[in-house]
Amino acid sequence: MKYLQDIGSYFLMLKRVFGSFTKTSVLRHLIFKEINDLIISSLGIVAFISFFVGGVVAIQTALNMDNPLIPKSLIGFATRQSVVLEFAPTFISIIMAGKVGSFITSSIGSMRVTEQIDALEVMGINSLNYLVFPKIVALMFYPFVIVFSMFLGIMGGWVAGVYGGFASSSDFIAGLQEDFIPYHLFYAFFKTFVFSFILATVPSWQGYYMKGGALEVGKASTNSFVWTSVLIIAANYIITQLLLSA
Amino acid sequence: MIKVEDVHKSFGDEEILKGITTEFDKGKTNLIIGQSGSGKTVLLKCLLGLFRPEQGRIYYEDKAIQDMDDEEQRKLREEIGMLFQGGALFDSMNIEENVMFPLRMFTKQKKADMLERVNEVLKRVNLENVNKKFPAEISGGMQKRVSIARAIVNKPKFLFCDEPNSGLDPKTATLIDTLIQEITHEYDITTVVVTHDMNSVMEIGEKVVLLKHGKLVWQGTNQEIFKTDNEDVTNFVYSSDLFKKIRDVQLKEG
Repeated sequence: MKYLQDIGSYFLMLKRVFGSFTKTSVLRHLIFKEINDLIISSLGIVAFISFFVGGVVAIQTALNMDNPLIPKSLIGFATRQSVVLEFAPTFISIIMAGKVGSFITSSIGSMRVTEQIDALEVMGINSLNYLVFPKIVALMFYPFVIVFSMFLGIMGGWVAGVYGGFASSSDFIAGLQEDFIPYHLFYAFFKTFVFSFILATVPSWQGYYMKGGALEVGKASTNSFVWTSVLIIAANYIITQLLLSA
Repeated sequence: MIKVEDVHKSFGDEEILKGITTEFDKGKTNLIIGQSGSGKTVLLKCLLGLFRPEQGRIYYEDKAIQDMDDEEQRKLREEIGMLFQGGALFDSMNIEENVMFPLRMFTKQKKADMLERVNEVLKRVNLENVNKKFPAEISGGMQKRVSIARAIVNKPKFLFCDEPNSGLDPKTATLIDTLIQEITHEYDITTVVVTHDMNSVMEIGEKVVLLKHGKLVWQGTNQEIFKTDNEDVTNFVYSSDLFKKIRDVQLKEG
């Protein structure tokens, strides 16, 4: 019963987010601030993880190629497929559920605890529009983070493959270009958009409707990470089933 | 003026407000007092429109809040200033931005004009040279004064204060109380203060409303509170050791 109530309150929250808009000039300022907090400040960790995981994918592929008949270009091919289809959109989104998700929940939760949200409401401001809408808009730029992650993941694979002595640069690049299906990019970016919406709204819901004090803010942040990850994984499965296996 | 007529509010099966009827006068500091759990804060939130009463009506200058459409309620809220218990200043903004916030949201003034008004109200609450500091960098008393400045910057008609001097030392608490009263008279606004502090009652209680278990049990002025025979009033007032001693001294002196 509680889950049904929670789902209901999540959708009611979404309805309120898109109703009674905050003054445009204020909203513009908030959107730029959120782009900085949620997108720009995440680039460092995304770059680090993408580069090294891309490298690991290339090394693992190379080490598992026992048959000499398998071409070395497979290393580039496997790196591209892993990074573009799953690693960049899904794995990075799980990382972002931890980084961005808990940031959103704890910042909104702290505002709830210290009556800052009540202050907005008393002033006649739609607090959900003021707090959540700029986050949704900012995370519409999230696909750029994923492009960045894809590029660095493949770059990491190239560095590990070539400088690790597993494949020549031309073999790796030939693998990257092999059997390229543009539809896979559409699939990757479609799910990235869905994940970005989940990343903006689920942690916001957790923070906005939390009750209690500082301890509960911590609990809400943990719940936020768990539920955002679960929803991302579930959405990933459904989207993959619908878009790739049809 | 704010008029409250037979307001009932429940949470689940528990009735918190049991038919409150009273008036809060313009140009006066109106105090809602009572023990913890008496329904003071729930009544305040009903007045603010944050809680919707199941029964009864709340009038802001002859117009019931229940009859207002969303736009009218939004306009009304622009005329309300609120001082929260903890200050409720926005952590991500400095003092200047906090005080300027209502002006940025509801007016089309130029930044220079807004800044002039911000400095004017900060000066009014005896705060200067704190514009660029963040709330975490100033004391609790200063935060309360910034919160008052933010509440009055857009020249409200109604000012609400939730336990304005909780967590403050007696001297700072008196300063905040006096400031609230001075601002009420200066701007000729309707001020409603929720408190359980008898010092506040003595200092600024131009009208006092006592709640007990969700019912209004007494109302009058801070002068009348010591003369009444109402048992609920005497129980509340003399639950403080200080006031008990004052009474004992008065009795000894006849």
